Formats: sequence, C-alpha cells, structure tokens
Amino acid sequence: MTSAALDPLAWLILLPMFWATLAFVLGLGRGAWLAIIGIALQLGLALALAGRLLAGGVPVHPVGGWGAPLGIDLAVDGLAATMLLLTQAVALPLAVYARSYFTGDSSERRFFWPLVGFLLAAMNALFVSADLFNLYVTLELLGLAAVGLVAAGGKVGQTAAALRYLLSTLVGSGAYLLGVAMIYGAYGSVSLSTLAPLVDRQAPAAVHLAAGLMLVGLTVKTALFPFHFWLPPAHGGAPAPVSALLSALVVKASYYLILRLWLGILAPLLAPGAAIAWLAGLLGCGAILWGSFKAIGTPNLKMLVAYSTVAQIGYLFIVFPLLGRTSPGDAALQGSVLHAVAHALAKSAMFTAAGVLVKATGQETIDGLAGVATRLPLTLFAFALAGVTLMGLPPSAGFLAKWLLLGAAIGQGQWLLVAVIVAGGLLAAAYVFRVLRHAFLPAPVAVSSRPVPRMLEWVAFGLAASSVLLGLRGMEILRLLAAGGSS
Amino acid sequence: MTTGMIFAGSGAILFAMGVAGVLLPTHLLRKILAFNIMGSGAFLVLVGLGQRSGEPDPVPQAMVLTGIVVAVAATALALALARRLQRLTGRMELPPEAERD
Amino acid sequence: MKRIAGAAVMLSAGILAMALVVSMFELPPPAVRLPQMVQEKLPQSGVEHPVTAVLLNFRGYDTLLEVAVLLLALLGMLAGERPRPAAPDRAPTDPVLPGLTRFLVPLMGLTAVYLLWAGAHRPGGAFQAAAVLAAAAVLLHLTDLLPAWTSLRLRLRTGLAGGLLVFITVAAWLLGEGRLLQYPVAHAGSLILFIEVALTISLGLILAGLFLFLPDDDERRR
Repeated sequence: MTSAALDPLAWLILLPMFWATLAFVLGLGRGAWLAIIGIALQLGLALALAGRLLAGGVPVHPVGGWGAPLGIDLAVDGLAATMLLLTQAVALPLAVYARSYFTGDSSERRFFWPLVGFLLAAMNALFVSADLFNLYVTLELLGLAAVGLVAAGGKVGQTAAALRYLLSTLVGSGAYLLGVAMIYGAYGSVSLSTLAPLVDRQAPAAVHLAAGLMLVGLTVKTALFPFHFWLPPAHGGAPAPVSALLSALVVKASYYLILRLWLGILAPLLAPGAAIAWLAGLLGCGAILWGSFKAIGTPNLKMLVAYSTVAQIGYLFIVFPLLGRTSPGDAALQGSVLHAVAHALAKSAMFTAAGVLVKATGQETIDGLAGVATRLPLTLFAFALAGVTLMGLPPSAGFLAKWLLLGAAIGQGQWLLVAVIVAGGLLAAAYVFRVLRHAFLPAPVAVSSRPVPRMLEWVAFGLAASSVLLGLRGMEILRLLAAGGSS
Repeated sequence: MTTGMIFAGSGAILFAMGVAGVLLPTHLLRKILAFNIMGSGAFLVLVGLGQRSGEPDPVPQAMVLTGIVVAVAATALALALARRLQRLTGRMELPPEAERD
Repeated sequence: MKRIAGAAVMLSAGILAMALVVSMFELPPPAVRLPQMVQEKLPQSGVEHPVTAVLLNFRGYDTLLEVAVLLLALLGMLAGERPRPAAPDRAPTDPVLPGLTRFLVPLMGLTAVYLLWAGAHRPGGAFQAAAVLAAAAVLLHLTDLLPAWTSLRLRLRTGLAGGLLVFITVAAWLLGEGRLLQYPVAHAGSLILFIEVALTISLGLILAGLFLFLPDDDERRR
C-alpha cells in the first residue's frame, strides 16, 4: 500500500494543516520559510495529481477506508485539479511576497502564517471533498481563516469589515447547512456519489428548497451582487498579501462549489435556461455594471481593485443561463473556469502591485499616485499588464475566457449577455486607465518616496506576466479541465 | 406525527426566525444570538428528519456535534470581534457601510 | 423605509418557514439507511457507542477539521489584539466564592476524566471533557484565582496546538499503513483513546483561551 502513503490527495490537506500548526508553535510571526517550502511541496503534489488525472486515472481516496456513504470520500476531477493547481500556483508567489511585505512586529504578521496555512488547507479540502456535510466544515474553516486574516490589523475599519464578513459568511453557510440537512432527510446520505443517482426531476419539493438554500448560501459567500456589500471593505482594508489571497482565491472556492453542485447532483433539478439560471445570470450582469461603476468612482486605490473583484465575479455567473443547452454549453463552462484562473492571476498581481504603490507613496488614494510612473515603472507595468487581462485583450488568458463566453452567448443568441460582456471589458479599461493616468502625472515638488524591497515588485510583475502569457497555454488548462470525466 | 417531525418543524421555524434576526436588529449581540438560533434550527432539522421514522440515527447526531463545535468557534470569534469594536468605537453596532467610500 | 424593509424580511422569513415545514411532511422514507451500516461496522470501529464511532472513526476526518476550526477561532481572536501588560493580581473580594470554587474545580477535573473515559461506550468524549475543563478555568478566573492570560509562551502554544499535531501525525502515519485515518481494527480503540486524551487537553486550553485571552474591560475603568 505504498502508493496510498504518497497519495497527493490526502497530503494536499495534511501538509498545509501541519505546517500551519507548526508555524503557530514556532512563535509569533515565525514560519515564513516553513510556509514557502510547504506551498512549494503542495504545488508539486497538485502537479502530480494533475498528471495522474491526465494519464487517465480517477483519483478517489476513501478516508478511513470505509467508503461512501458510511465514510467520507475525497475525489478529484478536471475541475478540482484545475482549482488545486491554481491555488498552489498563486499562493507560492504570494507567500514569497508576504515574507518581504511584513516588516517588524506589525500586528498583521503575528498569526499570518498559521492563518494562511489553514486557509490553504481549507481550500484544498473543499476542492477534493465529495461529501456535502464535510464540505460544510471546510466552508467554515475557510471562512474563519479568512476573517482572521482580515481582522488581524486590529483597527476600527478592519474589525468592522471582519465582523461584517463573518456574519455574512455565517449566514451563507447556515443556509447551506439547512440545505444539507434537508437532503439528508430526503435521501439518508450526504455523499455526492451516493446522491447522484438518487436525485431526479421528480424529487420532492423539500429537495428543490434544499437546492435553493444551498445555492443562495454559497452565492452570499461568493459575494455576487447584491450580496457583495461585505467584500470591498474586507478585501480593500486588509494588507496587500491578504487582499490578494482573498480576492484571487477565496471567493473562487465557494463559486467552485456552486459549479460542482450545479453540474453534479443538482443538475437533474435544473432545466436548461431555468428561471434560477437566469436570475444568476442577470445578477452577474448587475455585478459587472455596479462593481465597475463603483470602481470608477472610488478615490481609494485598493477599494478600486476590490470593486473590480465585485465586477469580475459577475462574469463567473453569466455562464449559468448558457450552460447545458447545446454543445456550446461546454464552451461557456470552459470560458468561466478560464476566467476564474485569469482573474486569480490578474487580481493577485493587481493587489500586490497596489501594495507596493501604497507602501512607496505612503498614501492609499489614487490622487497620491502622481509621479510613480518614473519611480516604480516595473510595478506600474505589472498593474497595467494585469489590467490587460481584466479588459480581456489578446493574448491574455482573460481574452481567451471572454472569447469563449462571447462565442457561447452569440451562438445561443443571448444578445443582452453579449452586450454586458463587451461593456464590462470597456468599463475595466476605464478604471485601469484611471490609475495609469494619475501615475503618469508629474510628481508634486515635495514628494517623499520610501524604498520598497525589489522582491515585491518582481512578484507583482511575475503574476501579471503569467496572467497574460497563460493565454498562450489556455489549451492545456482546458485539457486538464476535461480530464477525469468532468463537464 | 413522530417526535422527530416535531423537532424538524420547530427547527425550520427557528431557522427562519434566526435569519430575520440576523438581518433586522442593529445591535451586534442580538445578531450573534440570532445566528445561533439559526444554527440550532438547522441542527434540529438535521437530527429531527433523520429520526422521523422513530429510530435514532447516530450519523446526524455526530454531524450536529461537529456543527455545534463549529458554531461555538464562530460565536467566540464574533463575540471577540464585537467586543473589540465596542472598545474602539464605544458602540455595539457596525459602523455605516459607506464609511470608506 | 426601515419599517417596510423590516416587514418584508419578516414576511419572507414566514414564507420560508411555511414552505420548509410543509415540504418536510411530504418527504418519502430515505433510500439510504445509514444506521444499519453503522451497526454492522460498529465492532470494527474500536468503540462501542455509535455516535463516538461516527465522530471519531467513520467520519473522523470531519472531527480533524473541526479541531482546526476551534484553533482557528482562537487565532482569529488573538490576531488583532495588541499585546498588553499583565494585569495586576487582584485580591479575592468574597471569601465564599473562592472557597466554593476550590471545592468545585477538583470535582470538575474528575468529571472531565470520567467523560473522556465514558465516551467509548456512552455519551461523552474529548469535546465534552474539554468543555468541563474550560469551564473550570473560567470559574477560577472569575473568582480571581487564575489571572487572565497575557502572553503566549512556548509551553502554552504547544499545549494549544498539541492535540491537532497529534491528530495530524496519527492521520499521516495511518496513511502510510493504508488510508487517511484508517485505524487498524486491533488498535482502533487505543489509538482513538490516545487522540482523545491529547484533544481533551488542547481543546480545554483553546476553549479556556477564548475567554482568558480576552482583554479585561476593567482595565480601562481603573
């Protein structure tokens, strides 16, 4: 049984939990190298898992050896493998960034590494879990880790943001849990593989209600408009590495679960083009317009990036009315997953770049950026490159994602969605250029610039460059997504 | 009607009351209490529906034990944050949303 | 405006409750019967109580994550607090309360040990035992016999994280033998007891910490 001993599926959860706990024992603020080595190993594990999947394996790990429905199964398909790979690949540069970002005994740093370790463990556990109740526990683990990271600053704004975030995420998981309870009552199991053949269109009304509760709960956690109110202060007020982790990865985790349920056990309940699919799609449109509008208007640089996240989440939900009608439905799914990947890279680049700019100028406002074009050209270039991805210009991964989404929308004659997808790209250009324009203004006479570690600039640039260059490697991602029988 | 169904029905009502309770009041302690009522409602549904045939089902009972511990953890964190907010602002309420805009 | 919003929320909550209750009564009997499966596999679980068997063996993985959730709540609470000086020792004000506490606390310790031992075959277990221990610590603090915790020394950090570390290590070691958290039938009982003892100590400290680390409001008033 030596193959089981090295099963990447189990180690992707155990490893981050282990180094997180160890970092806590090591002491306040310690554990940076432990974390970086740990995440590098996790990246290797995720790659091994993806390789196994592409080679035709279907990795399943029955925890405790019992197997569903008595025990809990872990399982990986193309979608899960893509998310696992994305999470470790974005977390590694962010960990390197965070090590240089936190200086001295700042309060944000004291529990940063344990909290990040548990955050990653929670996400990995969520991606591979095939059990509805276990998924609830991973959701709570993820929520508490994220709230802890937001609260770590200890100031009024951060505490209020953390509390607002906590209450929203708890209501969301509460609704999800009630849905799970109803499902267990209806079928006597919470295992996805056991439930899949049992749920059909003639399911009792309680199951439909349960599906609604679970989806609404997860939508609140994903901060889809109009449930987005908690996101901008939480993401905008946290330190840059935390903002990047939350915006790039954490909101994608609950979105992943929506996709997993929508395409999986809930699929028989949802007729193609059902009212709930259109509701999700229209709220997505609302998110794109409202988030962009707020991003164009806010005076604060990090709030601009946070509102941009609100807008970009909208694209993830536009896919639902397009899913599963005809074969182009697949293109819509590919487009939305690719968008999640592109946005994760671009948004982590934007927040890390914004962190550098705020650190260097000592100001959080966009007006305070005047003159940075000459002093921090690399960082500004990173911000602009990330903007290219958000706007959806070729050859970025954002372009490929929008291209697939547009193709699906045009193919099905959904002109409203086509219009919003195009408008969203133009609006993204508006808020990105707003930042660039201020950066190129001449610096005021008495301006003082603080030195910033070069490592911070290079991480931001690396993330931004990969978000653009990934467009050239988009086919590999789509191949992984299709592996293992998903979609 | 078995006792299981009475529990499940009361759980559903408690859950709905809890949701309204989280959304409506502005006082943080009441919001946190309402969240706990909401959670208890979901737990009652889980256990109640599980044993509606009359025989006890250990699986949802174990799940609820897990859920209670998670709820305790979340409540403790929420209370600690609410206390910190009160120490900093003197009020047991969330400041208005548009503050940072 | 606020009135209308309030009425709308109440109305929606009422409709939700009605829909939930009505739909529940239409449910057919479940297709899967887990209680039977639990009974069948109970002899292989290493414990005699079905709930403990589900909690620590069949769904032991949930419990592993749940321990992490508790530790995380403490981390989240501590993360934003500023370090503060140790509060001066206060002299106990009331002679009766400390006397009663001195009498009660050993009894609570004994209860915790009993609960831990009982978990294998009747309701009880590590979480219940830890809750009693934490309650004893809170009682001691409220009667000024135990000062608030102001620093996180290595020994305390090890104590707080030890249970989770033991749990993870056992999980990893069992992974080498078979599956994650797959207890060998012969040793399942003793391994589970070992984990439970470690968990009782750590969870007791974590739960106590959620109270004892809180900054004292009295400090400002003085």
